[in-house]
Amino acid sequence: MAPKLPPQPPLEHSSAATAGGAAAHHAPPRGMLRWLLTTNHKEIGSLYLIFSLIMFFIGGIFALVVRAELFQPGLQLVNPEFFNQMTTMHGLIMVFAAVMPAFTGLANWMIPLQIGAPDMALPRLNNFSFWLLPVAFLLLLSTLLMPGGGPNFGWTFYAPLSTTFAPPSTTFFILSLHIAGISSILGAINIVATILNMRAPGMRMMDMPLFVWTWLITAFLLIAVMPVLAGVITMMLMDINFGTSFFNAAGGGDPVLFQHLFWFFGHPEVYIMILPAFGIVSAIIPTFARKPLFGYASMVYATASIALLSFLVWAHHMFVVGLPLVAELFFMYTTMLIAVPTGVKVFNWITTLFRGSITFEPPMLFALAFVVLFTIGGFSGLMLAIAPADFQYHDTYFVVAHFHYVLVPGAVFAIMAGVYYWLPKWTGHYPNVRLSQWHFWLSVIGVNLTFFPMHFSGLAGMPRRIPDYALQFADFNLVSSLGAFMFGASQLVFVAVVILCVRGGEKAPAKAWEGAEDLEWSVPSPAPLHTFETPPTFSPHVH
Amino acid sequence: MSHEDHDARSRNPGVRRTVVRSVAALIGMFAFAFALVPLYDVFCRVTGINGKVDNTAQAVVHEGVDDSRYVTVQFITRGSSGLPWRMEVETRQVRVHPGQTSEVNFTFRNQSAEANWGRAVPSVSPSRASRHLRKVSCFCFDEQYLEAGERLELPLVFQLARDLPPDVNTVTLVYTLYPVTDARAPLRAQVTAGKGDEA
Repeated sequence: MAPKLPPQPPLEHSSAATAGGAAAHHAPPRGMLRWLLTTNHKEIGSLYLIFSLIMFFIGGIFALVVRAELFQPGLQLVNPEFFNQMTTMHGLIMVFAAVMPAFTGLANWMIPLQIGAPDMALPRLNNFSFWLLPVAFLLLLSTLLMPGGGPNFGWTFYAPLSTTFAPPSTTFFILSLHIAGISSILGAINIVATILNMRAPGMRMMDMPLFVWTWLITAFLLIAVMPVLAGVITMMLMDINFGTSFFNAAGGGDPVLFQHLFWFFGHPEVYIMILPAFGIVSAIIPTFARKPLFGYASMVYATASIALLSFLVWAHHMFVVGLPLVAELFFMYTTMLIAVPTGVKVFNWITTLFRGSITFEPPMLFALAFVVLFTIGGFSGLMLAIAPADFQYHDTYFVVAHFHYVLVPGAVFAIMAGVYYWLPKWTGHYPNVRLSQWHFWLSVIGVNLTFFPMHFSGLAGMPRRIPDYALQFADFNLVSSLGAFMFGASQLVFVAVVILCVRGGEKAPAKAWEGAEDLEWSVPSPAPLHTFETPPTFSPHVH
Repeated sequence: MSHEDHDARSRNPGVRRTVVRSVAALIGMFAFAFALVPLYDVFCRVTGINGKVDNTAQAVVHEGVDDSRYVTVQFITRGSSGLPWRMEVETRQVRVHPGQTSEVNFTFRNQSAEANWGRAVPSVSPSRASRHLRKVSCFCFDEQYLEAGERLELPLVFQLARDLPPDVNTVTLVYTLYPVTDARAPLRAQVTAGKGDEA
């Protein structure tokens, strides 16, 4: 089964050999320059992952400021203006700087390994798209120190709140989002070019691991909607600085148009943050159930249908703007339709587990928690899809509970599952099992303590993005805040696990997990800097 | 395999084709985002979804007055932050027959010590009625200029089309005052002056 491996030359040997040829510039620079100039998919993947982890903590600290203020009713710690900046920055950082780069990092590391390619198709572009990110987000974070403060209009930056009534730093916010958007677009083009053109000989599209498939579809979504985001923030820029009236009713513009444009980007965006997670879980569950994935083809088609439907549901975020009845019904039904392919996926995972010989290694723990908790988030999404019910739920903590269930124990747990799953391949060591279990259980308890009570406070009418609240919500908020601090602290355990795993631990063989089948497990652990310089011979296993 | 081979592999025509197509899709989607602005406007106007009404004068259609029913037309005026004007209407509501042409006077008063430009932006509710409201003359087609303390009375001449859906018994017209920013005022002033000469 395992393809024959080409002899793996050590790094020095490989570069010396090339230096002997025409391309002397291939000799890797030392120190900082090595990372600044690297075109190696593994090093860039690591950079993405480290960047996203740092941003996860920065965004997390912002969330903890919010939760600390909401620990009890009344205004205690921060003033409302700063509170608004914290909710906004938390959302922006987590979406654009933590979750998206983490998936891009995993894609950089694993897609070439999973399809038997020597590197990404466009390695220098890859370097560029990573280094745009620190620029973008340093710029975004610096707005907090500017006069008038940073963005304070929520991560959805609805106009005219984000144009007419916005702080002066909004122009910097627009620039940083432009740069981050260019980075995602370049990353997506690179991933599409790699997957379509650089697969090992003999690997057909329907032989690709699901992580590759889901990322291919995600990359198409990125190429389709990131330009729309770029367009909408360009219109904002012109409204603010050049006197146009795209979103200004006084000049014949329309604020509701902003919401249509934003959510035309925004809804596919939420699938951009969850489809690769589906791919990771679809790799982990078969490995630890020691059975091939049930319904491989239906998984691919379900992913594609979710992606297509995501373009037809955007206005379910806007049920209360005064849509005509026909539109309310249309968007309600299309939204509910998405439950069908998503249900196909969940049932496929469950069926894969059925009669499997299951073990509960750390990646599997996170993957199983993903299936259960993401499904809870999916169900609250169905409740929100009911237009008349949404009139009640809109802009309450119920919505906050819903999207945090799909994003934290959904996307974030899947990323962590992926990290635990592939750490042996990256570092050559298994992560410490005892610490990983502590991390898992503290996270799972913390996440549920934080977000489950939000369903109740939301149904009881607590509005989101408000620094103070009525007394009857005090108990739920107390529990949420305690859970948030528990979840935040438990991520320090995660950092400890990763650092310990990089520095040492139980040695992992090439095939680190007994049931793992894909191509990445045919290269040694840790994966050498250059792999598959000779394409592997790929023999498709039965899906 | 050396790096040159690897570069050759990644520079294969397939990669080039994929990149060219992706970039074309990108440019297309960026243009599409901007195209959505006029498309949205046209869509709303054609379907009358958004309570938007034509901002140009329409001719009176002599289609005969439908005496069999009355429709209540209500007027609401709203000020806006940043424009120290008052806007009042002589009557809060009128009862009209579909097909009948009516005139209602609105009063604008600049309460500040400075001259400004302002504009009243209309909205029709229920939005279904917006397609059946013909404005023959309206101050909302133009921007207004008021000297400090100046008072100006302007008419709205309108007609409800006879094909107004039978279940619409009340039509509400909301006018919201907005300041016109200084940057655009001189440009508009010339346009308005030109119109004045023609008249």
